[in-house]
Amino acid sequence: MKTIELQQVSEKVKYLCQQANTVLGEDVIAALEKFRRDEESPTGREILDQILENARVAEEQNAPLCQDTGFAVFFVEMGRDLLLTGEGTLEDAINRGVAQGYTEGYLRKSIVGDPLERKNTGDNTPAVVHLKQVPGEGLAITFAPKGGGSENMSRLAMLKPSDGLEGVKNFVVESVKIAGANPCPPIIVGVGIGGTFEHCAYQAKKSLLRELGSRHPEPFYSSLEDELLELVNATGIGPQGLGGRTTALAVHVEAHPCHIASLPVAVNMQCHSARHLTATW
Amino acid sequence: MDKIISLTPPLTNEVVLGLSAGDRVSFNGVLYTARDAAHKRLVALLDEGKPLPFDIRGQVIYYVGPTPARPGRVIGSAGPTTSYRMDAYTPALIGQGLKGMIGKGNRGEEVLEALKQGKAVYFAAVGGAGALISRCIVSSEIIAYEDLGPEAIRRVEVRDFRVVVANDAHGGDLFEEGISRYGRM
Repeated sequence: MKTIELQQVSEKVKYLCQQANTVLGEDVIAALEKFRRDEESPTGREILDQILENARVAEEQNAPLCQDTGFAVFFVEMGRDLLLTGEGTLEDAINRGVAQGYTEGYLRKSIVGDPLERKNTGDNTPAVVHLKQVPGEGLAITFAPKGGGSENMSRLAMLKPSDGLEGVKNFVVESVKIAGANPCPPIIVGVGIGGTFEHCAYQAKKSLLRELGSRHPEPFYSSLEDELLELVNATGIGPQGLGGRTTALAVHVEAHPCHIASLPVAVNMQCHSARHLTATW
Repeated sequence: MDKIISLTPPLTNEVVLGLSAGDRVSFNGVLYTARDAAHKRLVALLDEGKPLPFDIRGQVIYYVGPTPARPGRVIGSAGPTTSYRMDAYTPALIGQGLKGMIGKGNRGEEVLEALKQGKAVYFAAVGGAGALISRCIVSSEIIAYEDLGPEAIRRVEVRDFRVVVANDAHGGDLFEEGISRYGRM
């Protein structure tokens, strides 16, 4: 059995917060460059150039890519043969890392303690932690800061089974149209299909972690993703909503078993500053 | 279309009426920052008949909540936030003489109407380009609501801050134009 000190987890989380908020993933840069080449709109091309330039400046100056350094969301896979030692729970250790990372890293604190009272907690905690047990003795922690602008444009519908595939497609495209310029297009559209109400939303969010340019392992969903991307990019919304071909860089779909009465579908919008980073032990 | 119009607030009605959706603009001069919580307080002051913490006549508000400045820097990353959240407060501020807003995303009907009635304009900056835009900000000073942290009102001075006219005072709408030009549905 492997042992990890929770203090080490906090240290690594602190690093993830600062690094992920400053350095854009190579897959996102490659996707932006690819769509930049095919963009018909001159304004659209200019915006995509500025987004790419922003990524260079952020890395060079050790500055956050976006002022919205997000809600700190974590996806944790913890081996069943792993023992964590030290003070408190794994979630406590993650929160300590977030507080240090956001404070020492000059990242914006964007969390209010009570949604109606709306007083800032001051250190960007608490984080949202999704924990899953896996075989073995490893530990993988993925940090995915989530900006408010794109999160606000996310939607979920409890469709009827009779609505079927067409119903799902219509809901996705309708959600992108309603979102318009607001979620900072070009976006990545995370789609969850099936599960329960909350699990459907979880699947949508989790799909955003998949590498851009990767294919869904199941051919049916892989071609559904292609079709949805084409439909979304036919809206003309374009970069920043000012018109163009590049409304989304990708559509990712995650499906899950569901109840005989239900067909839930969730659309989680992700802005072009699609930040996530994983640490493993 | 490629001409860049340089603007320095305060803006006059004449300048505002000369702007059309799609115009490229470079701001040089003073802007005031405010987002959700600050807007709520500003409009509460108006409701109570009290003065605002700055003279809003002719001014331009930039919707931004920057990251903290690293030592030796003027400001942290400072890109635009989504504007529609300010829609409920905007007509009242335009009524007080506000002439421009810089943000990202679409505005609601009440704002589009207020732009026409009050002769004001809405500019779009590139959302998610916070590191790049921070280089245009040459000074920054908190002038109100320091307790709001990133949501405090700042007086910032900008040099060559590039934006585009999204909604003008004549009903011109660049978002609509974009969709009708590039949409294929």
